[in-house]
Amino acid sequence: MTSRGPESSEGGPGRGANRQERERNGRLSRSRGSALRLLPLAPAIILIGVFLVGPIAWSFYGSFTNAALTGANAQNPEWIGFDNYLNLFSDPLFPQSLLLTVVFVLVSAVIGQNFLGLGLALLMQQAHKTVAAVVGTCVVAAWVLPEIVAAFVAYAFFFRDGTLNQLTGFAGLPAVDWLFEQPMLAIILANIWRGTAFSMMVYQAALNDVPREITEAAEIDGAGGVKRLVFVTVPMIRRSIATNLMLITLQTLAVFTLIYVMTAGGPTNRSTTLPIMAYEEAFRYSDIGYGTAIAVVMLIIGAAFSLAYIRLLRERKEP
Amino acid sequence: MRGSTKSFLAVIAVGALALTGCSAEGGDGADANTLRIIYQKAGDVSPLDTLMQTTKEQFEAANEGVTVELEPVEGTDEDYNTRLALSQRSPDTAPDVFYEDTFRLRSDVDAGYLLPLDEYLSGWEDWSSFNDAAKEAGKADDGGTYAVPLGTDTRVIWYNKTVLEEAGVEVPWAPETWEDILEMARSVKDSQPDSVPFSMYAGTGTGEGTVMQSFYELLYGTGSGGLYDEEQQKWIAASQGFVDSLTFLQTLYQEELAVTPAEALDPNVWQTVVGTLLPENSMGGTVEGSYAPSFWQEGGQFEWAEYGEVMGVAPFPTQNGQEPGAVSMSGGWTLAVGAGTENPDLAFEFLTMAMGQENLLEYTVDNSQIAVRTDIAEDPSYLEANPFIEDVSAVLDVTNYRPATAEYAEISTAVQEATEAVIAGDTSPADAAATYDDTLRSIVGDENVVEE
Repeated sequence: MTSRGPESSEGGPGRGANRQERERNGRLSRSRGSALRLLPLAPAIILIGVFLVGPIAWSFYGSFTNAALTGANAQNPEWIGFDNYLNLFSDPLFPQSLLLTVVFVLVSAVIGQNFLGLGLALLMQQAHKTVAAVVGTCVVAAWVLPEIVAAFVAYAFFFRDGTLNQLTGFAGLPAVDWLFEQPMLAIILANIWRGTAFSMMVYQAALNDVPREITEAAEIDGAGGVKRLVFVTVPMIRRSIATNLMLITLQTLAVFTLIYVMTAGGPTNRSTTLPIMAYEEAFRYSDIGYGTAIAVVMLIIGAAFSLAYIRLLRERKEP
Repeated sequence: MRGSTKSFLAVIAVGALALTGCSAEGGDGADANTLRIIYQKAGDVSPLDTLMQTTKEQFEAANEGVTVELEPVEGTDEDYNTRLALSQRSPDTAPDVFYEDTFRLRSDVDAGYLLPLDEYLSGWEDWSSFNDAAKEAGKADDGGTYAVPLGTDTRVIWYNKTVLEEAGVEVPWAPETWEDILEMARSVKDSQPDSVPFSMYAGTGTGEGTVMQSFYELLYGTGSGGLYDEEQQKWIAASQGFVDSLTFLQTLYQEELAVTPAEALDPNVWQTVVGTLLPENSMGGTVEGSYAPSFWQEGGQFEWAEYGEVMGVAPFPTQNGQEPGAVSMSGGWTLAVGAGTENPDLAFEFLTMAMGQENLLEYTVDNSQIAVRTDIAEDPSYLEANPFIEDVSAVLDVTNYRPATAEYAEISTAVQEATEAVIAGDTSPADAAATYDDTLRSIVGDENVVEE
């Protein structure tokens, strides 16, 4: 013990010096190597630059020109400043499309997918294994389908002579031409059907992380089911809720195939959301400049939603 | 350290290869020994596809070492036009020879997509056998010829004799005014309540079909100037003819003489009309293109052996029987050569081979086109191809063409929206026409609009 004492006291500073040296070396090589350390990121940055930033920058630029698919403007697009935006804000279709887009996002994603997903996740926690497996498979099936297939399925369901009307027909109810009379309702229901699985899976994962003891403690304290959900479970999965909301909002904002296949924005533009409007302007009327202006507006809306959710995320993390 | 630099370089190299790989793939079309052909393939049975396959074989046999790449685009006319325009935006993807709608021609020439063909045509002896009206279809604003027409078409009323006879309407039926049409439709409705008496396309679902096979037959028969004043080069607004045409459509739909509004908005309604309603004797009549027999004849999409006896045609009448007594619309498709082609001589040779008498005859007959070559128009196999050739060719005298400007597509949609608004039942024709006028002004600007 005594003989080892000095050794160890001698060894202490020696090891300490070593550590310092290593740290110094490390700091040196870190500063020298920091450029090299970033190198592996380069392919990713280049890819993002080429396939994400590039197109965004181009559509931003394009929205200030009269670029077109055909006609003289296709050859020599001119800089026209804010004309596209001025036209857009005076276009009677724009406020309508904007409203429809917001309704579509709020009702089908924020309310529909989100609450239904949470509800299903909560129920499946309590449910018998077989029931949960069957329900889970059914819900996830819609999510697994490629968007175009899901869109055709939804079309076949809501179509005039489709499944829904045949079912209501058996029940003796009059047939309703959903895609014609209630186009927004049809695409909202279709989007809820298709997207709920995602929210459900996110919430299932989040609920698994809520410790049993806490809920049990709350139960012993006399909190009922609803109280436990509102005061215990929801605050504990708040971050998952915010992340999920952000993802499904951005996803729903960009939904194109589903709407295009089911209603193509009709009848009389009653289901023309911004992505459909941008597509029609750019590719059907060949007005690329105007179409990109709509795309830029969509980018801004998406960014606004994201910022709101990110703030939500931060505030909830440190109350 | 060296190892990581090396692997980094390798990653960059792979990335660069992948990127150049993408562009090299697209660059194949620029190869002087490869011709890329883009055309539309609508449905399983496509006479145009047959024409292109045949020409490819003949061309490759005649020109050793030259490869012809066929790129059929499946989809509607609008989808095809968009795909074509997108491919033309880059020299790497622009086709050497392509199928071009006559109404897009002028605006695509403005865009610089088409090669002027005058000097090539002057050395092609077959060019003299194309009729003058057809040659006109390939001309642009500068008077130069940029495309060679494959065929043309007209629109007439196709009616089912069995249905009309049962309703006590005398056949052959030849309406002289719009009122005659309504009268026929009402008597069909009385005698056969379950059938569709007389349907005309409306709404944005059927796209150009709505205007070409329905609204323009009405509008150009009202004595108004139509859509566009060619002399002043201005678009026409505040037209009484426009309101009257909408009113007629509204009457058809409100009295339930046509298909239901919801059915009308389905882009596939024409298949129901041509493939089901008419062959099953559950429709009195409709306005369709001269090419309708191509669906019914042997090898067509909806084969119907008796169509020659059951169906009848009549020219679409003017509003009150005024001169010239009937009205029709014509369009048609052409073949053109890409402005950026590496090998214009080969591309033009391919075009002439497709347009040769034998090849074009087969296409004209299979696709029930109206012949554009005089040596096809006189050919017995053309004249015997279907019993209606003579009738549908006769209306070429009273036919009209769409104003082929760059804004046309958007204006056409505004017209389709006006028809949709009135058949859905919630808008009066006057309001719908006023909305159209506003949209028109916002598309072309006040200075390009003239009030009627």
